[in-house]
Amino acid sequence: MPDTTRRELTFGQAVREALAEEMRRDQTVCIMGEDVAEAGTPFKVLSGLVEEFGKDRVLDTPISEAGFTGLAVGAAMTGLRPIVDIMFGDFITLTMDQMVNQAAKVHYMSGGKWKVPMVMRTTLGATRRSAAQHSQSLHAWFSHVPGLKVVLPSTPYDAKGLLKTAIRDENPVVFFEDKMMYKLKGHVPSEEYTIPLGAADIKRAGDDITLVATSSMVQVALGAATLLAESGISAEVVDPRTTWPLDEKTLIESARKTSRVIVLDEGYERYGVTAEIASVIAEGAFYDLDAPVKRMGAMHVPIPFSPPLEDVTVPTDRTVFEAARALCNRS
Amino acid sequence: MSTTTERPNATGISAELAVRLYRRMLAIRLFEERVNDLYTRALMPGLAHLYIGEEAVAVGICEALRADDYITSTHRGHGHCLAKGASPDRMFAELLGKEAGYCKGKGGSMHIADPATGNMGANAIVAGSVGIATGAAFAAKRLGNGRVAVCFFGEGALGQGSLYEVMNLAQLFKLPVIYVCENNLYTEYTHFSETTAGDILTRATAFGLFAAEVDGQDVRAVNAVASQLIERARQGDGPAFLLANTYRYTGHHVGDINREYYRSKQEEQRWKAERDPVRNLVDWMLEQKISDTSQLAQIESELTAEMDKAVEFAVAAPYPKPEEAEQDVYA
Repeated sequence: MPDTTRRELTFGQAVREALAEEMRRDQTVCIMGEDVAEAGTPFKVLSGLVEEFGKDRVLDTPISEAGFTGLAVGAAMTGLRPIVDIMFGDFITLTMDQMVNQAAKVHYMSGGKWKVPMVMRTTLGATRRSAAQHSQSLHAWFSHVPGLKVVLPSTPYDAKGLLKTAIRDENPVVFFEDKMMYKLKGHVPSEEYTIPLGAADIKRAGDDITLVATSSMVQVALGAATLLAESGISAEVVDPRTTWPLDEKTLIESARKTSRVIVLDEGYERYGVTAEIASVIAEGAFYDLDAPVKRMGAMHVPIPFSPPLEDVTVPTDRTVFEAARALCNRS
Repeated sequence: MSTTTERPNATGISAELAVRLYRRMLAIRLFEERVNDLYTRALMPGLAHLYIGEEAVAVGICEALRADDYITSTHRGHGHCLAKGASPDRMFAELLGKEAGYCKGKGGSMHIADPATGNMGANAIVAGSVGIATGAAFAAKRLGNGRVAVCFFGEGALGQGSLYEVMNLAQLFKLPVIYVCENNLYTEYTHFSETTAGDILTRATAFGLFAAEVDGQDVRAVNAVASQLIERARQGDGPAFLLANTYRYTGHHVGDINREYYRSKQEEQRWKAERDPVRNLVDWMLEQKISDTSQLAQIESELTAEMDKAVEFAVAAPYPKPEEAEQDVYA
């Protein structure tokens, strides 16, 4: 029987629903950032929240990323669960001391006494023609720091379930949303659910090659998998969903099954997420691999503005398809 | 603008309060003398930044706070922690990296934190805690618990942009936070006049903060003005800025012995001879006949015994086990 009640939401709606549900559930949850109230952010993801929860819980701040992120750290230590909104992921550079030296270390430095239950929501992703300071995917930076957790949802379903978990977590969690994905639709059930941090998800099962992909690259990997199927290659798409904690077991199991792996992530390839995951797989599945683990990430350049230039800086369905065919000796 | 700047006069205080202030200041001095001793005997690892000379600031302010009010401190933070109620034995244990320390030895001298006394942590990033203190005030206001946050920092923090970001936020949100600038004249090894343009107080009044200046060597004056600023913050009248003029008797850290390239011995001797906060209070108490030399000597001998016992405890205490290194990264 076809599921006629299957509810579809956009990625942006799923994020908003998660925030609204958690704010109804817990009075200590509040949102702060630039243009988060009436404007609902430039992406309109937060539209309607200030009307329901008021300006005491949805706070417009000055353009002071370090200031309001630091404020959130202190508020999290003393009884609130703040969610800070950093409009573009590129602006996390302005919050680094607060996140890296303060939020990430307070629990450890205090011998486990103080806790920082806060969430930073921000964006990643190129191809929006926004040039070098509004297009980067810098999630590897936070993934490098002990004390932080890093979440990279790739579907509306995952966005909602992971964000609810992130808000309930007792630690600082950085939640990266692909700004090109806000209009993407997908199934989101009406019933309450959460998704644990540190559990990878197999987005498509396959036998010949594993495409490990995060965030924006999951759609690219799925597109490549469709092309590969037409060439008789069965690709498995595995989405780690969080870079820390990292579900190493699922990644290694898939690699051992298929024997070939490409790791896709929109961050810079150099010293990035793809390097870490490739290393985990190389160590964990070495004797089952038939080819070196291949990495595909953003080109090692500042993101250019001109469309024909920008488009070649990130992996696409086609480039992944070709790389996968070559890895399977079918080029 | 100058209407919000006041120089309040010290008022008479009760004998009971005077004795308490004396006891607290002397405790800090005796504590710090033992830190110097432990460090020079190579029993203390790391760095030691002594608070000797500045005792009246921490003591005068913390005396005006409730037990559940918050403070944030600095790398030169032993005095703040003790004044807010930390016990010397667990302080020394932390300084020596022992399991019994406030942070299980994970924080050390520059990171003592203790939720039980409202101490949100000493911070080794200059101005690193300005956001945290502001956030604690934000949470206090939201939760309506009547608490106030005091943010201690040295005049070196005046060079950090984050301070101005949070003062702006604190005034916009009318938060119960007091920014206490301890101007001990030296930003490490450089006189503050070489690093500080313009005026200090007007930096705060420009944001609309209530600002005051006080002789940081006069504990009665510090306590009087602090009580006033804390009370108005608690009543909902918003943040304040207090400039406390003081002096660091010793080097930037214990190893900073030859200081003549940045200040003269005569200058140091003059402050010690004429502006010592403990002696000034003692002289006043004797003059007012609210104490006598035998009572003061009795207090000194009690504190000396307490400090010696605390050092003994810390030296004998065991180190944490190596497996503790991986604990408390996440809550």
